[in-house]
Amino acid sequence: MTSYAFFGALEQGFAYGLMVMGVYLTFRVLDFPDLTVDGSLPLGAAVSAVAITSGYSPVFAIFMAACAGFLAGAVTGILNTKFRILHLLASILTMIALYSINLRVMGRPNMTLLGQDTVVDWFTVAAGIPPIYSTPVLFGVICFLTVALLIWFLHTERGLTFLATGDNMQMITSQGVNTDTVIIFGVGLSNALVATSGALVAQNQGAADVNMGIGTIVAGLASVIIGETVFGDKTISRALIAALLGSVLYRIAIALALGLKLGAFSITPSDLNLITALLVIFALVMPRVKQKILAGRAS
Amino acid sequence: MISIIDITKTFNKGDVNQVAALSKVNLEVHDGDFITIIGSNGAGKSTFLNAIAGTFSLDSGQIILDGDDVVNWAEYKRASLIGRVFQDPLLGTCAGATIEQNLAMANKRGKVRGLGLGVKNRDREFFREKLAVLKLGLEDRLKSHTGLLSGGQRQALTMLMATMVRPRLLLLDEHTAALDPKTGGMILDLTAEIVQSLGLTTLMVTHNMNQAISMGNRLIMFHRGEIVLDISGKEKANLKVNDLLLRFSELRGEEGVSDRMLLC
Repeated sequence: MTSYAFFGALEQGFAYGLMVMGVYLTFRVLDFPDLTVDGSLPLGAAVSAVAITSGYSPVFAIFMAACAGFLAGAVTGILNTKFRILHLLASILTMIALYSINLRVMGRPNMTLLGQDTVVDWFTVAAGIPPIYSTPVLFGVICFLTVALLIWFLHTERGLTFLATGDNMQMITSQGVNTDTVIIFGVGLSNALVATSGALVAQNQGAADVNMGIGTIVAGLASVIIGETVFGDKTISRALIAALLGSVLYRIAIALALGLKLGAFSITPSDLNLITALLVIFALVMPRVKQKILAGRAS
Repeated sequence: MISIIDITKTFNKGDVNQVAALSKVNLEVHDGDFITIIGSNGAGKSTFLNAIAGTFSLDSGQIILDGDDVVNWAEYKRASLIGRVFQDPLLGTCAGATIEQNLAMANKRGKVRGLGLGVKNRDREFFREKLAVLKLGLEDRLKSHTGLLSGGQRQALTMLMATMVRPRLLLLDEHTAALDPKTGGMILDLTAEIVQSLGLTTLMVTHNMNQAISMGNRLIMFHRGEIVLDISGKEKANLKVNDLLLRFSELRGEEGVSDRMLLC
């Protein structure tokens, strides 16, 4: 693997790191399988691109993307809790609705940010290092700050109710907590992170595209599961850091796969979804295989 | 005082499976009453407790708690006044959280939850004291995950959590039925101790006639969604298991005594 490919994977891993945090929050903490992310990632990208081209600062554009993502997640949460629609279906409904909304936001299927200032440009100039290093550093810092904030939040009085809602709704209801509110706010928060990630990706690649969200949920899940398998999930803090590192590992694995050549056969970007599916299956099966081997040794 | 007035609940209304789970049930619970509730399967005991806790909405009736009619309050809102322990020992605690986190959540029942640390250092000493009462050694395992505990340990913890913030009313729904006799006995002793020391107003559903007679100051029997027996004071103190079995067979007539009762 070339260092160019490595730093590229690092950059991608951290750019999508916030999305992975969001997926972790819904899937693992709230036990709420949320497919809204396939729509909220491009929503974040679209909102941020439109904000920047309308003359707002790139930082404010990210803030607006986060707000839009929160609203999208809250809609899924409300559909689920107030209208009693199954969580999976509720999130799919929001996701497909977002496709049209994203087209409305941009007014066209894609939008470039050529010639516009982005946070990536600002940071590269300020840090005075080449973009190949500055982007991973910037995104890495953002990710680790967010992880720290999430770890802190999940240990607060309010944060504990998030853990309990995903774990035992009857218990936390009997302790006087309205789980509907927790779910609406939690799924909202998750999608705010995903949309922020979308905004960062758009500013990094200099374009927002209505189709850039396809497969987001699979990539997010793959990262979470790889992280758990490799780094462990004993405590919530460890699991969150593992998920973030899982995001980086996932992008490295993809980069490695793309560089693979077997004689005349080489893997192309169109094989990405297949590789992702295989990666997730591998990560899911590995712990069981490990257990079997260990059990075999013991007997 | 807690007044339950004419509460009615029919499940599957208009269906062939229609069941009148509660029909115009009335009960005046005095402060400090410890009422044991018996009845055959499907008599409405658990439905009665769930109706008070707010698990489902009633067809009609009022539930006056501390002067407020709570009938339209959501379950979580009523929880600020009510402590509950369930039959399933896994229902009362959060398996993925540590013992101290569970206690911290219970310590905030009915209070505003903010962005302060969930488990504060000054809480830990208080939690240790509370856990020491259980005599299970949990006071040294504050950071253990609750999922690692046995059913009995979790039920003991639930008992503590339900009463940590003093509830106006404690609802115990066959909370020893899923435990082995020894552990069940331990939980029952703990129940008596906590209820007595805090002077809690308590409703306890049980299938065990001996428990129903030996615990509490008042006993009610449910049959087909109605209260058919309400005994307290001296009369309850002199009650024998046979008297209750007799009442049961009278009620059920040709249905005879169920297996479950014979086992008691």
